[in-house]
Amino acid sequence: MKARLGPLGLATVLLLGVLAVVTACAPLLAPQDPNQPDLFNALAGSSGTHPLGGDALGRDVLSRLMFGARTTLLGPLFTIVLSTAAGTVLAVTAAWAGGRVDAVISRLLDVLFAIPGIVFALVTVAVLGPGMTGVVAGLAVAYTPYVARVVRSAALRERNLPYIAAAWVQGRSAVAICSRHLLPNLRPIIVAQSVSALGFAIIDVAAISFLGLGVQPPTADWGLMVKNGLDSAVRGQPMEAVSAGVLIALVVVAVNLLGDRLGRQEGDLR
Amino acid sequence: MSWPLFLARRLAALVAVLLVASFLVYGLLYLVPGGPMAFLLGNRSGSPEQIAAIRHEYRLDDPFLIRYFGWLGDALRGDFGQSLVYRQDVSDLMSTRLATTGLLVLYATVIIVVAGVGLGVLGALRRGTVDAVISLVNSIFLATPTFVVGVLLVIVFALGLGWFPVFGPGAGLPDRLYHLTLPAIALSLGSAAFLARITRASVGEELRREHVETARSRGFSQSHIVRRHVLRNASIPVVTVTGLTVAGLIAGSVVVENIFALDGLGSLLVRAILQRDFAVVQGVVLVLVTAFVLINLAVDVCYSLIDPRLSPGEAT
Repeated sequence: MKARLGPLGLATVLLLGVLAVVTACAPLLAPQDPNQPDLFNALAGSSGTHPLGGDALGRDVLSRLMFGARTTLLGPLFTIVLSTAAGTVLAVTAAWAGGRVDAVISRLLDVLFAIPGIVFALVTVAVLGPGMTGVVAGLAVAYTPYVARVVRSAALRERNLPYIAAAWVQGRSAVAICSRHLLPNLRPIIVAQSVSALGFAIIDVAAISFLGLGVQPPTADWGLMVKNGLDSAVRGQPMEAVSAGVLIALVVVAVNLLGDRLGRQEGDLR
Repeated sequence: MSWPLFLARRLAALVAVLLVASFLVYGLLYLVPGGPMAFLLGNRSGSPEQIAAIRHEYRLDDPFLIRYFGWLGDALRGDFGQSLVYRQDVSDLMSTRLATTGLLVLYATVIIVVAGVGLGVLGALRRGTVDAVISLVNSIFLATPTFVVGVLLVIVFALGLGWFPVFGPGAGLPDRLYHLTLPAIALSLGSAAFLARITRASVGEELRREHVETARSRGFSQSHIVRRHVLRNASIPVVTVTGLTVAGLIAGSVVVENIFALDGLGSLLVRAILQRDFAVVQGVVLVLVTAFVLINLAVDVCYSLIDPRLSPGEAT
């Protein structure tokens, strides 16, 4: 696999690796306290102590970007873990049981699929109040069919293969067959699909934060930084908005490339 | 599948989706910690008379299902109740803002079709540098969230170059279109890139087909071949994707309206969520979901109309 990585793949892995390190070690790496206002640094340009300048309150933009990576990336990650788990359970149940159970689950997924994810998340935010909980809960439900549909059709193919029948004849329980034999074989497709969903989730979570309905200030978050950065840009200092916006785009590109690659490998295996 | 059966099935599915969506939108209100009263009163403290009036207006003393169907019946007649913040009918609040959102989505659709199809065809016909540049730009726009594109456009073209106004909807049609230009571009870039990619693949595939080879060997000019033999056959996936992306614009408009401070349904929705004005949230979400579902249905029908080889519904 490493031999086929290529320069673009290497750049992707490097970028995601650096982000993972920064996310984990933000308190050690950040040059300044991300929440410390400093009026002498308000809307300041690039300088030695503040490489990316200051925001409207004079907080260090670089440090806020580092800490912001946590909310910006962990929120979508959590969303996708939840929706992948729910989607896989629903899909395998539907494929295994077939008949009426399958019909009910499939219709349910169709209905969820017909509601735009971000609108769904706005409804849960309206109920639970602005904050990450509502965003993650809403998007996790909205993304469930995205994973479940693909996994269900793969599970249906897999279910008809002889090894499943062989395990069944040996008297294994349905749960044992699904968890010990079926799921490991579905893993590549589940991983590829959830990575490509992660790209969309990052965009949606950041967009909701941008609207002021996600992470609440003073917590640092890239979507929120683009929002506040727009005001700073009107007052003549675009650095905050541009750096946070470009970072979001870069991360989504990297995640999408990773998803494409995993999807293609999955295709090669078939 | 025959046409009447296809339409009946699609309409049944549409009704099911709208029923579930409306039930969710209405029912979630009752899952709020503190119950519906906490919601309806919001941060305001009410006198006993006000509380009694709200209980009466929202029929809080009736069983849940009766309340739901009562609300749904009113909604079907265009009555979404009253906004707690504006003290106006929700339908009036929405109807004045519908025009802004509609115009924005329409404008963006035109940009998507013109730019997406144009660049896609160009990329397919001019392999090499032109194609490579278009593909690169496409991948960048595909991955950049709408709100980031919007903010960057404001910074470059409104604040930096001063070509466009920064905020506001404008007055009169020409001025409104001028004010809507940056928002429409922000809304359309990602979808235009997606459409360009689909068009390029579809046209490229068609160019390699045998009937095109035949036409070429008979000495027809390149432009004749492209117009008569390639574009027609390549148009089916393009039309489908166009429809799907237009449906996606409905969600995107919520974000774009907030960047540019446009007075549309999306900014109304976000403000209503922040102010806990639930009647407005219910109304706007229901309208957005309905529009989304209707456009998807229209795309399905178009798909079957364009390609007579397919029986209705086969594409889905």
